[in-house]
Amino acid sequence: MKNKTLRLCMAGLLVAASFMFIAAGGKKTITVKGSDTMVILAQRWAEEYMAKHPDIVIQVTGGGSGVGLSALINGTTDIADASRPMKKSEMEKLKLRFNSLGSEIKSAKDGVTLYLNESNPINELSIDQIKAIYLGEITNWKDVGGEDAKIILYGRENSSGTYVYFRDNVLDGKDYSSLMQSLPGTAAVVNAVSKDKLSIGYGGAAYAKGVKMLKVKKDAGSPAYEPTTETIKNNTYPITRYLYMYTRAKPTGEMKDYIDWILGDEGQAIVAKVGYFPVK
Amino acid sequence: MKPHPKSSFRLHEFLAEKSIAAIAFVSFIFIILILIFIFRESLPLVLGKAIDDIGKVGLWRLLSLSWQPVSNSPQYGLAPLIVGSIKVTAVAVLFAFPVAIFAALYTSTFAPRFAKEIMKPAIEILAGIPSVVIGFFALTILASFFQKSLGLQYRLNAFTGGMALSLAVIPIIYTVAEDALNALPKSMREASFALGATKWETALFVLLPAATPGIFAAFLLGLGRAFGETMIVLMATGNAALLSGSLFDPVRTMSATIGAEMAEVVFGDAHYNVLFFIGVCLFVFSFTLNAVAEFIVRQRMMKRFRGTA
Repeated sequence: MKNKTLRLCMAGLLVAASFMFIAAGGKKTITVKGSDTMVILAQRWAEEYMAKHPDIVIQVTGGGSGVGLSALINGTTDIADASRPMKKSEMEKLKLRFNSLGSEIKSAKDGVTLYLNESNPINELSIDQIKAIYLGEITNWKDVGGEDAKIILYGRENSSGTYVYFRDNVLDGKDYSSLMQSLPGTAAVVNAVSKDKLSIGYGGAAYAKGVKMLKVKKDAGSPAYEPTTETIKNNTYPITRYLYMYTRAKPTGEMKDYIDWILGDEGQAIVAKVGYFPVK
Repeated sequence: MKPHPKSSFRLHEFLAEKSIAAIAFVSFIFIILILIFIFRESLPLVLGKAIDDIGKVGLWRLLSLSWQPVSNSPQYGLAPLIVGSIKVTAVAVLFAFPVAIFAALYTSTFAPRFAKEIMKPAIEILAGIPSVVIGFFALTILASFFQKSLGLQYRLNAFTGGMALSLAVIPIIYTVAEDALNALPKSMREASFALGATKWETALFVLLPAATPGIFAAFLLGLGRAFGETMIVLMATGNAALLSGSLFDPVRTMSATIGAEMAEVVFGDAHYNVLFFIGVCLFVFSFTLNAVAEFIVRQRMMKRFRGTA
């Protein structure tokens, strides 16, 4: 059984390698890997760009920001998408292998959105309440004004940039409650929250279909905001972040053209269409 | 078989023989290389040479009670993962084993020919369903069903994951147990009938005990499959690294942890070494199971139950 699988894998690899060889013949390939939050955006960018530039092939894969940055460090991708800034330790590793600190491009903005089930009576929470919920200090909805029932926590796997961003910016770097169920991908979190009455989850704004977006207050006294183009552009929505693209060195040639196009009007129009927010 | 003394040297036979031998040898080498690779990548941990943000990482760090590998103070406690694996495996095997054994008894003893010809392939096809499909089925349908019917707090939990896993385990236990029952000599059955035993008595008191070694092997193989299965548990158990005894809490298993985190780690990181160490644990476990199935079952139990080796 194992031998068979192994040989099949080998054969598959050979076929894939030969395909790549053929593909590389006429066209330039740019590989993009990383953040699951950004996958839907990166794919749309790639599709539109390839339609306009038939000589360029852009391959997009997800996996999580950590996956993308590891791939960048290991030399297996040209561009890494990340929904969090690169860590110091990652930069050091990049420097060690390629003698470069990498190049950072802020390609879009996102509000980390908290999802609630549509039947949940709660509409707004403060950052402190959200923090206490995810640290496991508040475990019952009645403590934040809801019904008397246990809060079911959903989150992302620890390979996710959103996982790290949320921990560093909402939980002040403390660890999530071990009761949090981690699901592979934002879509899975949204799906779970839409089915689970007493649950709460987080992820990118673009994914919030079939669930309720929670309005977030900076502190108990301040007004609550929903993530919209307006509130994110002027930073009134309290959990706003950039979505980054990283390259090993300053982009040149085809890669530079691609990134310039993303940052230009056309690329940023796609950002808004997908459900995220333009940088400018 | 010795070649005929007069037969001359035949080139194509020689080539065919050698190339088959080479292919067999290559796959053996691959297994060995994979093994060496897994052990080598976990070695820094065993030697206490792995380093993370807060210092050296040795085996002692695996004794912590929580699993928070991506953290400002990383914790690599394996206890929640081991407990998780055990809970899910226990549910899966405890459900799958009786179902599969009774199914095997039915098709090998009671079933009329047509029923047997439908049921046997049907159960065996179950083994061919990709685990990601079973996982997705569990995530969307089984989870809601169990939550509603049992009034569970968590949609995704050890019980739901275990039940989904049993769908993958049943065909394995069934196939091996069925073969064991069919391999029994016909005379055994006939002798039992001749002594006036009913079909039921024959099945329960004659055939089942006689097939015990094979059924035990089926049990062990099912156990190994359940312990190592990744995709189903990754999708259906909620993946919260909780140290709790309840079967209805979400769990994170060892295999799901590797599946979820391996793609993300930076090569050579302490976290990377720990994941490979979990891989080593899983390997040692399934290797032991297979060895037990092979040696003890063959050597000891065959003798005791049948009087032959």
